[in-house]
Amino acid sequence: MNSLDQEKILLKGLADEDKTSIERIYRDHYNMIKSLVINNSGTADDAADIFQEAMIVLYEKAKMDGFALNCQLKTFIYSICKRLWLKKLQQYNRFTVQTDSIEETVPVEEEMENHLKKQNDFTLMEDAMSKIGEPCKSLLEAYYIQMKHMQEIATSFGYTNADNAKTQKYKCLVRLKKLFFAQYKNGD
Amino acid sequence: MEDVLLIDAVERFVNGEMSAQEKIYFEDLRKNSPELDQAVVEQIFFLTELGNFGKTRSFKHAVHEVESGLVAEGFISKDPVRGRAKIVQLWKKYQRITAVAASIAGVVSIFIASVVSTVSNHGKDGNIKPLVEKINEQDNNINKIESKLDRLAATTAATANSGVLKEKILSKFRATGFLIDANNNYIVTNFHVVDEAKNKLIVENNKGEQFSAITVYFDKLSDIAILKVTDNDFKKLPTLPYPIRRRNPDLGEQVFMLGFPKQEIVYGEGYVSAKNGYQMDTIYCQLSTPANEGNSGSPVITKNGDLVGIITSTETNADGVVFAIKSSNIYRAVDEVKKMKDYGDIKISSNQGLRGLSREVQIKKLEDYVFMIKGN
Repeated sequence: MNSLDQEKILLKGLADEDKTSIERIYRDHYNMIKSLVINNSGTADDAADIFQEAMIVLYEKAKMDGFALNCQLKTFIYSICKRLWLKKLQQYNRFTVQTDSIEETVPVEEEMENHLKKQNDFTLMEDAMSKIGEPCKSLLEAYYIQMKHMQEIATSFGYTNADNAKTQKYKCLVRLKKLFFAQYKNGD
Repeated sequence: MEDVLLIDAVERFVNGEMSAQEKIYFEDLRKNSPELDQAVVEQIFFLTELGNFGKTRSFKHAVHEVESGLVAEGFISKDPVRGRAKIVQLWKKYQRITAVAASIAGVVSIFIASVVSTVSNHGKDGNIKPLVEKINEQDNNINKIESKLDRLAATTAATANSGVLKEKILSKFRATGFLIDANNNYIVTNFHVVDEAKNKLIVENNKGEQFSAITVYFDKLSDIAILKVTDNDFKKLPTLPYPIRRRNPDLGEQVFMLGFPKQEIVYGEGYVSAKNGYQMDTIYCQLSTPANEGNSGSPVITKNGDLVGIITSTETNADGVVFAIKSSNIYRAVDEVKKMKDYGDIKISSNQGLRGLSREVQIKKLEDYVFMIKGN
């Protein structure tokens, strides 16, 4: 098996939230990113943060339909991390040291833009979720995220029957939607 | 209610749970009613968003778990010690250039400093007020009565037990401090607080229990003091739930604080309103929040539970302008303490125990770590 095929399998694992794949990618590429960040006025903690975010970008990309990496995984991760770190440096208002790239990079504008949007959506949803309160939050999570059966939910939440739980769930969903879209439309 | 029915129909339609007849009817309806069509599109979009949210969250969880495993194994170092090694190397490399530059800078800065101090030194202290509360006669009387009552209660109850009686001291001032090393009981507060204590220094927790403490370090310039609780009765607390941040607070960052402007713990909220303190002092940042005498030494904490500052003073001629020492200065002070023979055990270790919690729960977890600083 050549390395490209191996990387394909790794990314497939990433999309499935497989921990062995995540660990493999950490072991193969973390040190490269650590030296990138530390050599450019960052700390070990910064490096860990940046790498985590890059993993999410990678995950978002791996989950896309018809996704294909048209460069080495190493190059992709390096390019993403470099962009993320330069952005952080600007935010911190530290010196923006121009990195003399030893590693080659590929353009990642599209991924960054996509990531920014996804990140924004994620925070909006997290925010809306934190505002609807219990039992709404758990109810919606059980049904829409953990994909539990309505009957099972009704029993564990103490509703007399599945229909009652369903009505309650719809009411919660309406509230969540309102909260989410209020911000979503504001943001656009 | 209509909304609920609509969502139900849309959901069944999306999930393919409709009977063939119902489906035809629904699609027909959808064609003729743009509102329904819009509702379907919106519902599909929203459910995708919700699904993505759930998946991304569980992926983040997985990454966190893997990372913690690798940190525990030592593959990932979270300790910035290695970063420092790099700096030492660079320092050696550029020592000479730096020395020349520093001497030029030194001469220039001495010149500027002398100009600035002649121009502006007068009145500087007049505009800044430290937030230590001087306790007056009346409060002292209350204290006296309190301690008498305590003694009365204690003599009846405790004499049989141990016979050891702790008398509450009469305090001349009150301020705040908080733990930075829960393992070895080190507390940080302001220098100007411990400066008030001429004889005795004690810390008092939220339950009113007092413990004796000593000052192990102070720095007049950055207005930081580190105390060690020496009392054997002091019970060790679990690891700090707030990481002490090394980088500066961001402008506009929401913060909250806990302090003792009165005899019980008081909560306050605000935001970072400027990156530097009074007359651009870089040791400090400026907050917009109410703060009163007694708040000196209060911890300033972000919504994620990071400690970013220590409340120090307020500007007398402006309302709600409060200055806090940036938390990075704590590390500098701790490094100094580490060099001392008797107190080399000091070590800041913390977890992110406040992250993602509601404010009420955050405060409950925090309040044990915040102390009144008293003395006479």
